Amino acid sequence: MKYATFPKGGIHPHEHKQTAHLPIEHLPLPEQVVIPLGQHLGAPAHPLVKRGDRVKVGTRIGEAQGFISAHVHSSVSGKVLKVDEITDLSGYRRPAVFIQVEGDEWEEGIDRSPELVTTCDLSPQEIIERIKDAGIVGMGGAGFPTHVKLSIPPGKAIDTLIINGVECEPYLTADHRLMLEKTDEILVGIAIIRRALGEPRVFIGIEANKPDAIRVMKERVKEWEGLEVRPLKVKYPQGAEKQLIKALTGREVPSGKLPLDVGCVVSNVGTAHAVYRAVQKQMPLVERVVTVTGNDISRPGNFLVRVGTQVEWVLDQAGGLPEDAGKVVAGGPMMGKALPNLEVPVTKTTSGILVLPRKDVGPRSVEPCIRCAKCVQACPMGLEPYLLERLSARERWEEAEARGIVDCVECGSCAYICPASRPLLDYIRYGKTTVMMLRKKRSA
Amino acid sequence: MEQKLVVSLSPHAKAPFRIQTVMLIVILALFPALIASIYFFGIRALLVELVAVGTAVFTEWFIQRILLKRPSRIHDLSAVVAGLLLAFNLPSSIPLWQVAAGAIFAVGIAKMAFGGLGTNPFNPALAGRAFMLVSFPVEMTTWPQPVVTRTLMRPDALTTATPLGVIKEGLKSGIPLDQLADKLPTWWDLFLGNVGGSLGETSALALLVGGLFLILTRVISWRIPVFYLGTLAAFTGVFHLIDPSRYADPLFHILSGGVMLGAFFMATDLVTSPMTAPGQILYAIGGGLLAGLIRLFGSYPEGCSYSILIMNAFVPLIDRAFPPVRFGARPVQTQVKEARHG
Repeated sequence: MKYATFPKGGIHPHEHKQTAHLPIEHLPLPEQVVIPLGQHLGAPAHPLVKRGDRVKVGTRIGEAQGFISAHVHSSVSGKVLKVDEITDLSGYRRPAVFIQVEGDEWEEGIDRSPELVTTCDLSPQEIIERIKDAGIVGMGGAGFPTHVKLSIPPGKAIDTLIINGVECEPYLTADHRLMLEKTDEILVGIAIIRRALGEPRVFIGIEANKPDAIRVMKERVKEWEGLEVRPLKVKYPQGAEKQLIKALTGREVPSGKLPLDVGCVVSNVGTAHAVYRAVQKQMPLVERVVTVTGNDISRPGNFLVRVGTQVEWVLDQAGGLPEDAGKVVAGGPMMGKALPNLEVPVTKTTSGILVLPRKDVGPRSVEPCIRCAKCVQACPMGLEPYLLERLSARERWEEAEARGIVDCVECGSCAYICPASRPLLDYIRYGKTTVMMLRKKRSA
Repeated sequence: MEQKLVVSLSPHAKAPFRIQTVMLIVILALFPALIASIYFFGIRALLVELVAVGTAVFTEWFIQRILLKRPSRIHDLSAVVAGLLLAFNLPSSIPLWQVAAGAIFAVGIAKMAFGGLGTNPFNPALAGRAFMLVSFPVEMTTWPQPVVTRTLMRPDALTTATPLGVIKEGLKSGIPLDQLADKLPTWWDLFLGNVGGSLGETSALALLVGGLFLILTRVISWRIPVFYLGTLAAFTGVFHLIDPSRYADPLFHILSGGVMLGAFFMATDLVTSPMTAPGQILYAIGGGLLAGLIRLFGSYPEGCSYSILIMNAFVPLIDRAFPPVRFGARPVQTQVKEARHG
């Protein structure tokens, strides 16, 4: 069978999906959690608690600030130790709430029973309100507040909802397990998102390397109208929003435009699951599935982890940090962030914790570009990474802008494939942020 | 925490192959032609190849370590490729000191003087050959007969003309092609490489095997060899149809001389060829046309090296003129409309 995919660029890294067969496991409660107030794109939430306050699971501890922002809830019950700054994944100091865990008491009204609730009579506005109340953000990685994404500005129309079950990053299997184990909840969640958007058609995109998930989703989706499971060719970065839209609808989001400009909204399967829990069970986003993996991890797995649990504690549950660990990555190897230390907490967007051995992370000698054009062939955006690297290094910003540097989706395909081990993406990132800054100045 | 963690930007994974791997694949792809050269021209062929490779590698090492006082990069094997390709462009009878001089020019001037690997505008081996052709015109156009010359000695007693040379000379003296037929090798000899010529260019079979290997391992794209040879065939074919008594048929042109070597191994040189598909096609068509023009109307029987060197000069322009097609280049309205109707 020939699967759909995006036509331009892409690579096929080794999949390493060794945790694909491991069912989701509930981790025990940690002794302490550190819940960052900025786990999403946009402004961090404003703290609602102070030292000594008692909170339950689901207590709102951070209030969304500004248009693009999301509420933050406590993932445990206990006592607030302090509100302090921590170094988060981006390397910035950001406020976070430290909570000492005492028992496991949940806020009233949260339905923790496993019964599936399929009926939903809420209006689109009420749905979006509940999603906002629950602090749902995109769980694929970027963390865009979901209620903002679903609030379609007047004059725009959505005809397609795309559900991202691609999980194209090597190693990660959290979405895969979720699709296998929470199929119906995800489908109800999708139906709810669809309702909020005015009943567009729905494509659920899943890469062909998850045949069991495709089978189960296809089987269950029969009970729903307007939903269609679409298997996709295994090719990175299939899960990137623009590439996924192209693969499923043939539409290309133009430079500087959003999916909704081509009538699409893209949402991750994990987000659909969180939407189900928020709307049908009044449950805020306080836990998520995290794939803990790496070739030397003694007890890898897919763990249901409370938001704010520190990576060190999660790794201890997975058998501890291996002796020869060289790098710990939050997310997958292609787009994940290397952790500066293990006190960094799991957030709403942490899809995996990947431990790479020292021998695989040492600096590689950078060799001269031999113009092999592999980076040009690999770029899914049709850019020339070798050229953008050179232009950035020489600070030739106008040319870099003309060559489309801001269109880079930072998927890393170019740097992955480069036989000269050139830091292509490092330079392109530098150039991209500089050009965006210059643009801002220009329009100001 | 006792363990030190590396913090760097994504991606945290890397494809396994490196420049060395790429060069190793090219060297492997050159092996069939290498074996053919020894088979047809004897141990002297191997000697020329060893001197060329040895001098090329030494020159690079000397410039990097002794002159520039930088770490040597000979481990990337690019000098081996340049040396081997240069040797493939030489007759087996060439004096070894001339081989060394050519290799020094190829690596020292054509490559290192431009900044080394990746920054040279012209293919080093072809530049070396062009240098040798003007410096040592007699030795560079003395072609030992194949097979009978398996000796370490310079076999200058037994020479022949290349098939293209036979035609050029014959037409110059006014002899039509059909009367030259008995002086020309059979298709089979041309295909196998049992004809006079440079070491690595005579065996179309060996070059085809190596070239296909390069395409299958994705080191080169199929476009450059196919469009280069295709254009040459089309160009010479038109003239053959017009006047078969003056112009040889296209298959003869493809199998004789150095175009097979040029099409698969020199025109495709990553450093000196365009990056995108349309650019590569234009470059290859230009090269094929130039080779045909030089062969049919130039005073010089071959034309492959110069066709590629000339096109090398256009590569920066071609790359500028043919960037890849940007994602999202089409306007939104038409896309949505199409999607709704389709």
